[in-house]
Amino acid sequence: MSVAGLIRMGDNTLVLGQRLSEWCGHAPALEEDIALANMALDLIGQTQLWLGLAAEREGAGRTADTLAYHRDAWDFRNLLLVEQPNRDFGVTMMRQFLFDTWHLDALTALTEHDDAEIAAIAQKSVKEATYHRERSSDTVIALGDGTEESHTRMQAALDRLWPYVGEMFSTDTDDLIDMSGLRPAFYAYTDTVFAEATLTRPNTDFAHLGGKTGARHTEHLGHMLATMQVLPRNYPDATW
Amino acid sequence: MTTASVQDVWTWLADVPDPEIPAISLVDLGVIRDVKWQGDVLEVTVTPTYSGCPATSIINFEIEAALRARGIENLSLKRQIAPPWTTDWMTDTGKAKLERYGIAPPQAAGGPKRCPLCQSHQVEKISQFGSTPCKAQWRCTNCLEPFDYFKCI
Repeated sequence: MSVAGLIRMGDNTLVLGQRLSEWCGHAPALEEDIALANMALDLIGQTQLWLGLAAEREGAGRTADTLAYHRDAWDFRNLLLVEQPNRDFGVTMMRQFLFDTWHLDALTALTEHDDAEIAAIAQKSVKEATYHRERSSDTVIALGDGTEESHTRMQAALDRLWPYVGEMFSTDTDDLIDMSGLRPAFYAYTDTVFAEATLTRPNTDFAHLGGKTGARHTEHLGHMLATMQVLPRNYPDATW
Repeated sequence: MTTASVQDVWTWLADVPDPEIPAISLVDLGVIRDVKWQGDVLEVTVTPTYSGCPATSIINFEIEAALRARGIENLSLKRQIAPPWTTDWMTDTGKAKLERYGIAPPQAAGGPKRCPLCQSHQVEKISQFGSTPCKAQWRCTNCLEPFDYFKCI
């Protein structure tokens, strides 16, 4: 059913957009701060399209906003990767690079989707995702092949986040496309970037699962949602 | 009850400034995709530049205000996301206005052709993102001034 697949797409961009916005005012340099906020904005914009369409298709009177603000952690269908905390800038950018690589390939495949509204959202988003991946690849290379300190941190970030990669390629009938088919392109692209960044891909395919099915989110999601949802839940009539 | 021609409406919209970059109009920006009468309702089709651009709602507000001021009463704004907006839709006049305003216009090569202030070709990228979703930050190594570059998408 397409509603569940649309919610997965929208929850990924929503949760990662919220995570990136946590950097606003705290990033290591002004340019990075602006870049992270801009990427958060793109992702939240895409969320409005995905969750807006999901709500419309569901036909139960909900909107993108009610889906974002009035569901609890167990109803979210995002990948575990995107709910992982920001930690240092290296972890944030490695998380972004891994997500952007999968996201761009998934969106590219979705531009050919039989459902015209899904294809339209993908065509809009793919332009933004292309730009995101270019930047996160450049940053991973610059920091991986940078100083001893930045290299150590980027390798640690890759080691920490690698177990969350496999979930991107786990798939079931709720997905809008067969996500397992995206794995070879992901390995090919990331290996090229890791080589240039002098980073070593962990030699394991172990994957934490449970985000996109909602079966087992990490404890981080609930804390993030508490911050994100507190205002509309406490003041339901609040408007901008 | 005004029954303005579609051409009149285009002319009026060409005077509505972009809320973020007032040097160019909404028509210059290429976000107005269609203007037509559906019976006695004027339908204006608008496409967003970036999906999360906060200017989108202001743009709709400005269109509505401008057309109501001209006597259009029955107005419908239609959002269209496909085909997605591209900087190819920006008019040549718009690109020239941008440069005069100090923003390097989009180039297919992916970076500015020259510094919009001193016209030097000695430019370098500072950051892929800038003060709005549609811009990146560059710097001129000749006059040493930083400047905005309108991203080519």
